Amino acid sequence: MSKEDYIIDVSDATVRFNMASEKVDNLKEYVIKLVKRELMFQEFLALKNINLKIKQGESWGLVGTNGAGKSTLLKLICGVLKPYKGTVTIKGSMAPLIELGAGFDGELTARENIFLNGTLMGHSEQYMKDHFDEIVDFAELWDFLDMPIKNYSSGMSARLGFAVATMVKPDILICDEVLAVGDYKFQEKCQERMQSMLDGGTTLLYVSHDINTVRRLCDHVLWLEKGVVKMSGEAGPVCDAYMNQ
Amino acid sequence: MNLWKKRLRALYDYRFLIKQLVTKDIKLKYRRSFLGYFWSILNPLLIMMVLVIVFSNMFRFDIANYPAYLIIGQTMFSYMTEATNQSIFSITGNAALLKKVYVPKYVFTLSKVTSSLVNLLFSLGAMFIVFIITRVQFSLYMFLIPVVLVEVYLFCLGLSLFLAQISVFFRDIQYIYNVFTTAWMYLTPLFYPMEQLPEMLQKLIKIFNPMYHYINQFRTLVLQHCMPSMETFLYGFGVAGIFLILGIWAFQKNQDKFILYI
Repeated sequence: MSKEDYIIDVSDATVRFNMASEKVDNLKEYVIKLVKRELMFQEFLALKNINLKIKQGESWGLVGTNGAGKSTLLKLICGVLKPYKGTVTIKGSMAPLIELGAGFDGELTARENIFLNGTLMGHSEQYMKDHFDEIVDFAELWDFLDMPIKNYSSGMSARLGFAVATMVKPDILICDEVLAVGDYKFQEKCQERMQSMLDGGTTLLYVSHDINTVRRLCDHVLWLEKGVVKMSGEAGPVCDAYMNQ
Repeated sequence: MNLWKKRLRALYDYRFLIKQLVTKDIKLKYRRSFLGYFWSILNPLLIMMVLVIVFSNMFRFDIANYPAYLIIGQTMFSYMTEATNQSIFSITGNAALLKKVYVPKYVFTLSKVTSSLVNLLFSLGAMFIVFIITRVQFSLYMFLIPVVLVEVYLFCLGLSLFLAQISVFFRDIQYIYNVFTTAWMYLTPLFYPMEQLPEMLQKLIKIFNPMYHYINQFRTLVLQHCMPSMETFLYGFGVAGIFLILGIWAFQKNQDKFILYI
């Protein structure tokens, strides 16, 4: 199989956080520590030599305990983080990591935030105008359109975030625990939409602690532990191993 | 060369985002204030009035059309402080966004400097009210004012990019910078004439203070109805260019490390 067939190609990627043993974020402390030679840096590898090759149309679930590096890997794929070693190659458009309130400005109203969020993904205003109704319909937030987002509940802003991110039909959809706060009905609706996007050829990366959803949505699973890949492959066996550990 | 073409292309692709961010800033600044946008005109007028009262009664300077002299200096200088002070927080303030979506990070700094420029354009309204009241003669030279604004804009953009990136690593830059701008303000002839200062200081200001040049160009165009010298334009664009290059260089050198500190 040639390399070109992968839509996401993470090869041998390492992410290093250069953590100061105490957080120094001001000039005064920096100079004092520099003079006293106390400026110590602790290396911390959040991800070690990760290899992940994903073909178009596949859906990958990421499982692992808290702090295993799942979100770091997603950020790496998003382009928010740069690898310290190794390479990350992405082909195709990507919706941003949807988390709670991603890309929303609390002071702005939902209406304004939809436009801000859409342009953040590189869409034109016209495009957002054309899809505006669809987004609000899906999020079912017609009654709260002109309310500042800061007054929204976390579930409501998650709805809006999901609606915007999935409306733009990206090649790659990345979800990080986004459904955890939605109500049951909305969770179902989201899963339905993700399924239909998958059928349409979208590639999905999905982080969840709910193993049943992962089984249902994903055909492949990557199990991370402390920054290294513990197991990866077909969803069934990996999920079983993860549950039985 | 190709890399720069790609970067300019990316900037063009994100034009909608920049527009959204700029309108967001302007909308939020005066949201839920009773007079709204009117404040951008009223505010410089009121400050100018206070300064005129202070400086024509308590300290007297021999300056023709003092209100106009004052409002030009004050408007230009406060544009510079507003743009740079806002930019200091442009990266740290958008941390939540930058952690989730890939966006060219300079977009946030660029939009802050630009939204301040829009505020400056509102303030020009206040300025023209003062010009009309104090019977400044209108001349064709006033059409060169945009040239001065371009110089200041580029200068501020360069400085802002530099400040935005360094304040990610050192949060106390904002306090240091505040002290710095206070000194800078007194070393710029905003409310006193340049001739008041000792000769030595005048020379230093002419060499090291680009704001003096921008303000002086503006005043020459409006109050003296003549062309500022070619040298001052050359100096103005030169300094703006140097700051811009320095700012861009520092910013793009460090931008990949931002995520670890915000």
